Amino acid sequence: MTTTAGAKADANLVTTITATIDGFEVTVPKGTLIIRAAEDIGVEIPRFCDHPALEPAGACRQCLVEVAAPDRDGNLTPMPKPQASCSVELTAGMVVKTQETSEVADRAQKGVMELLLINHPLDCPVCDKGGECPLQNQAMSHGNAESRFRDQKRTFEKPIVLTSEVLLDRERCVLCQRCTRFSEQIPGDPFIELQERGATSQVGLLDVDVLDFEGFAASGLPTEDESGRPFSSYFAGNTIQICPVGALTSAAYRFRARPFDLVSSPSIAEHDSSGSAVRIDHRRGKVMRRLAINDPLVNEDWITDKDRFAFRWQDLDDRLTHPLVRDDAGVLVEASWPEALERAAAGLANAMVATKAKGVGVLPGGRVTLEDAYAYGKFARAVLGTNDIDARWRATSEEEHAFLASSVAGTGIGVTFADLEKAPAVLMVSFEPEDEGGVVFLRLRKSRGSQKVFTIAPFLSPGARKLDATLVPAVPGAEGAVLASLPHDVVAALKGDGAVIILGERIASARGGLTAALALADSTGARLAWIPRRAGERGAVEAGALPGVLPGGGSAGSAGAKIALVRTWGIESLPAAYGRGLDDILAAAASGHLGALVLGGVSLDDLPPSAEAAIKKAPFVVSLEVRRSGVTELADVVLPVAPPSEKAGTFVNWEGRPRAFEAAFETSAVSDHRALDMLARAMGADLGTPTVDAVRAELDSITVDDAARASRPSFAAPSSTPRGTAVHAVLASWHLLVDAGALQDGEPHLAGTGRVAVARVSAATAATLGSAGVVRVSGAGRGSITLPVVATPGMADGVVWLPANSPGANTARMLGVWPGASVTVKGLGA
Amino acid sequence: MTALDPVLTCTWATPQSWTLSAYEAGGGYSALKKAAKMAPADITQAVKESGLRGRGGAGFPTGMKWNFLAAPDGGPRYLVVNADESEPGTCKDVPLIMASPHLLIEGAIITALAIQCDHAFIYVRGEVVHVYRRLLAAVAEARKAGYLGRNILGTGFDLEITVHAGAGAYICGEESALLDSLEGRRGQPRLKPPFPAVKRLYARPTTVNNVETIASVPGIIDRGAAWFAGMGTEKSKGHVIYSLSGHVERPGQYEGPMGMTLRELLALAGGVRKGHHLKFWTPGGSSTPILTDKHLDVPLDYEGVEGAGSMLGTRALQIFDETTCVVRAVARWTEFYKHESCGKCTPCREGTFWLSQIYERLERGEGTEADIEQLLDTSRSILGRSFCALGDSATMTISSSIAAFREEYLAHVSGHGCPTDPRATALFAVPAKKKGAGA
Repeated sequence: MTTTAGAKADANLVTTITATIDGFEVTVPKGTLIIRAAEDIGVEIPRFCDHPALEPAGACRQCLVEVAAPDRDGNLTPMPKPQASCSVELTAGMVVKTQETSEVADRAQKGVMELLLINHPLDCPVCDKGGECPLQNQAMSHGNAESRFRDQKRTFEKPIVLTSEVLLDRERCVLCQRCTRFSEQIPGDPFIELQERGATSQVGLLDVDVLDFEGFAASGLPTEDESGRPFSSYFAGNTIQICPVGALTSAAYRFRARPFDLVSSPSIAEHDSSGSAVRIDHRRGKVMRRLAINDPLVNEDWITDKDRFAFRWQDLDDRLTHPLVRDDAGVLVEASWPEALERAAAGLANAMVATKAKGVGVLPGGRVTLEDAYAYGKFARAVLGTNDIDARWRATSEEEHAFLASSVAGTGIGVTFADLEKAPAVLMVSFEPEDEGGVVFLRLRKSRGSQKVFTIAPFLSPGARKLDATLVPAVPGAEGAVLASLPHDVVAALKGDGAVIILGERIASARGGLTAALALADSTGARLAWIPRRAGERGAVEAGALPGVLPGGGSAGSAGAKIALVRTWGIESLPAAYGRGLDDILAAAASGHLGALVLGGVSLDDLPPSAEAAIKKAPFVVSLEVRRSGVTELADVVLPVAPPSEKAGTFVNWEGRPRAFEAAFETSAVSDHRALDMLARAMGADLGTPTVDAVRAELDSITVDDAARASRPSFAAPSSTPRGTAVHAVLASWHLLVDAGALQDGEPHLAGTGRVAVARVSAATAATLGSAGVVRVSGAGRGSITLPVVATPGMADGVVWLPANSPGANTARMLGVWPGASVTVKGLGA
Repeated sequence: MTALDPVLTCTWATPQSWTLSAYEAGGGYSALKKAAKMAPADITQAVKESGLRGRGGAGFPTGMKWNFLAAPDGGPRYLVVNADESEPGTCKDVPLIMASPHLLIEGAIITALAIQCDHAFIYVRGEVVHVYRRLLAAVAEARKAGYLGRNILGTGFDLEITVHAGAGAYICGEESALLDSLEGRRGQPRLKPPFPAVKRLYARPTTVNNVETIASVPGIIDRGAAWFAGMGTEKSKGHVIYSLSGHVERPGQYEGPMGMTLRELLALAGGVRKGHHLKFWTPGGSSTPILTDKHLDVPLDYEGVEGAGSMLGTRALQIFDETTCVVRAVARWTEFYKHESCGKCTPCREGTFWLSQIYERLERGEGTEADIEQLLDTSRSILGRSFCALGDSATMTISSSIAAFREEYLAHVSGHGCPTDPRATALFAVPAKKKGAGA
């Protein structure tokens, strides 16, 4: 119930106590705060500073109640002053009187409300919060209609910019400290703090203008956002949502809508694999804002700023509204659905029977819903007659495929968020929780102090540091060897009951890494959690959108699984040939041995330029996309599909938990599964995926027994670990949470909170490079990346880290290589 | 007539009384030598038996406070001396440290022996740089002489004293805000529990005592608990410093037993300013309800002053004669609280802001009778509703002054401004303003 009670409740049996609130007997777990216990009996005590996920502050004094408690001799003794119910635990025999039954409490609350309002501007009619404002609501329910204050209100210049995304109106602020406490307690980004005192107290950035002295020293490039402000946070948007007044507003939403004009629809965020619950507030078919929905199992009260703010991408000018087909002049022109479907069907049918460039490869991308992934898989196997399907659109490996097929597919809910929180020890392998895990980072941080966190990484990232993680250094590519010879204390910690090994998707490119991780889990008893970056990755594994995995997790090589599926699908047979994965499909296309490609939501920015060349080489390309992109420009037929807010579906999050959602609002846009159903029909086949309900019913009917699963990978780590030099360094890289990703397009305020792109090297390497702060990194491709360089403590010599896809720095596309490859580094003069 | 019996202040007139040599020449550090041979529990017991109560204002029994400290577990525990003396009218700790810093240091060492801590902090008000320097120098002297550092007096006992200067906030006199400030955080009062005795400074058991309290400890050890308990009244034992300021002939610190009366103290101080008579006074600084000439014979101990409807506080006796406008005096105090409110809780932050503006209007002659009721009602919204005692304190002189001098408030309303001449209040001559410059 409360954070403290929750923690205690986990231990064993919950000890309860019984007391009286407003004449009603209540029994609650020991340690429950009065304000929470009152909620249990339906008494809502007004409050501002109280927030269930934050430690009590007792600052606003709005929740004062009368309390009497038994003394040592058991005599009920009234406390001399009204007590703040948000910070006093209910104890056995206590008698609490709230505003409902006590004059004193009611008078105290009304007094505090009057005081809160004396300096509050009555600008509710133009305030974003007006209509959904706890201050407004509670002033109506617990305040006096008229103010007796007739003096001068405190005024401030407004608003001040806290981050490019969060603006502060200090006049409206009631100084409840929810935002400052959130920043410190939840993400550990103390980017705002109280300053000044008394009636001039204000939340701020410790600005020189406010404090009139140099309040802080420059904090160095890596902690600044792109606006040059220090201490930005990936989670700052949550402060806007928990602000009980209209003091913190979103630059993107400010003055754009009134709460009562919005329609709210629950949904699931599409930006990472956590499956965070969000509320989509929309007006006349346009998303206006997104908020976190409290989901105790998954994201609790919080979401990332990306989940909150990155939604404009679907409403940009490049949104596809009609199918496109390439005309005789080679130009993409709008076409009707029947025409486009006919062209696509003909092209794919042709590719299936062609002689040299034969067959179709299906690459749905990692952002598909479970239902869409299933439709792609079934389309490939049952209509196109091929196992050449792979939803992965990133660095992959055969070893990873075997791992996903054997140890992820069809395993249901494994390690959960709650398990992460409770784990005595967590080993993160090629996984940066703050950048790649979203709310996973917050859940881990909740256990700071009681959890040992180790990270196998090239250096201790800011996010890992905020988890008090211990670095187990690894040069990219050497993770397998590092896993096989971990320090003794790490292994010992992983033997603790409930310990977890988190595998990030980047481990795929370290040969032997997953094999070693499985062996480590076997030897220590620690549980494995595979946490990919994209929302659709896990669902694609479950739906059989991998070459060797059938829906439900059966192996494509298992006769039993195939027989069951043939029966379910009502087809004659499944393709016999072993399916090819992403790299092989693209290689076949590049060498002119593939007849066609069916592409889902994939971006040319994510793979080396060879991918673009391969797509260009394919004789026929069908693209299913929401917006025009580099990929649609290469396609022969483009079918427009719906973004997540306009369709129903399910994201299976990394836990394996299905996170179903409905369309936030209806448009004419269709889901991928519906488009594929129509395409199949045009090819004379019945895919049976016209609606989500149809797909879900079919998915539910598929059961796979364990015998049908693939076997585990067994790959040896390279005998020699990659070693770089200052000039020929080993590339390390991952995606920052806020970067140049296509789903963040159209949101400059969010982009402004992204970390500054820098290159990181060890101090020794930096010295060798002898540069004046800037390096140019070039890879196998023709491009190069030039960035400011930061000497990073704890980093191995001969390694250079670059952000994977930040503005001006895209490693895959510009360098043409994956992390672990050798790149050339050159120091440049300032 | 109670005679003065200087104990803490007896060396103040000695030449260079602040030096170690002068202090030792007067018998200084003999109590420490005695305490060094005592069991820690015996020191605490002696302080308990002496009846010493906290001199910072609240009057909590000191020995009991030390006993509340969580049992030693091998980890650190701390003594913090509160020298953040900032209350208007209170001026006992600053002169004590200036004149006799080693008395405080000796007291701190004995207290550290009693509670078995090896690190003590003295948190000095930031504005009094001279006091800070004097204390730093004294600690350095004591360290050089072997009273501080490792193996003090061959006892095997180690102690370091850190002198820390505050940054100029009245709120840091509040125990929990002081400790937050000492840790380098923003000085704001904290929720209890956890209580300091269990888990506070650096999350370890901590005891916080006032300067005068700690300075009283050497005397108790040296001359015995019975000697100390022999002074004062039944429940308020020992000697205490009374600070007289304002319209009094000889302002200053007067040390005597607990329970002296203002009449006695005024007699010692040469009486109220010549040609004038007492109008009102504070028994313990601006945080205590004001008293009037009806209360000249109230014994100045915890119970006596409480019986008269006020609080003993820090025995900061501010004397105001009949020239003083009570509205003006309370308005200044209210401005002080408005300025010093830390801003954490609504009642204190917003309430003092409001009260202060009402007083401004009353003084400008723009007040109404409703304003007087508003002062009382807003005070009621603060008293007992604020997070810490600062808010409560802000209301004390307001409600007590309206109770005692309502007519004077009303005169500000009906007369459209202050009926008294502020220049008459000044202790020094103020030239009359030129004609037409306004009252």
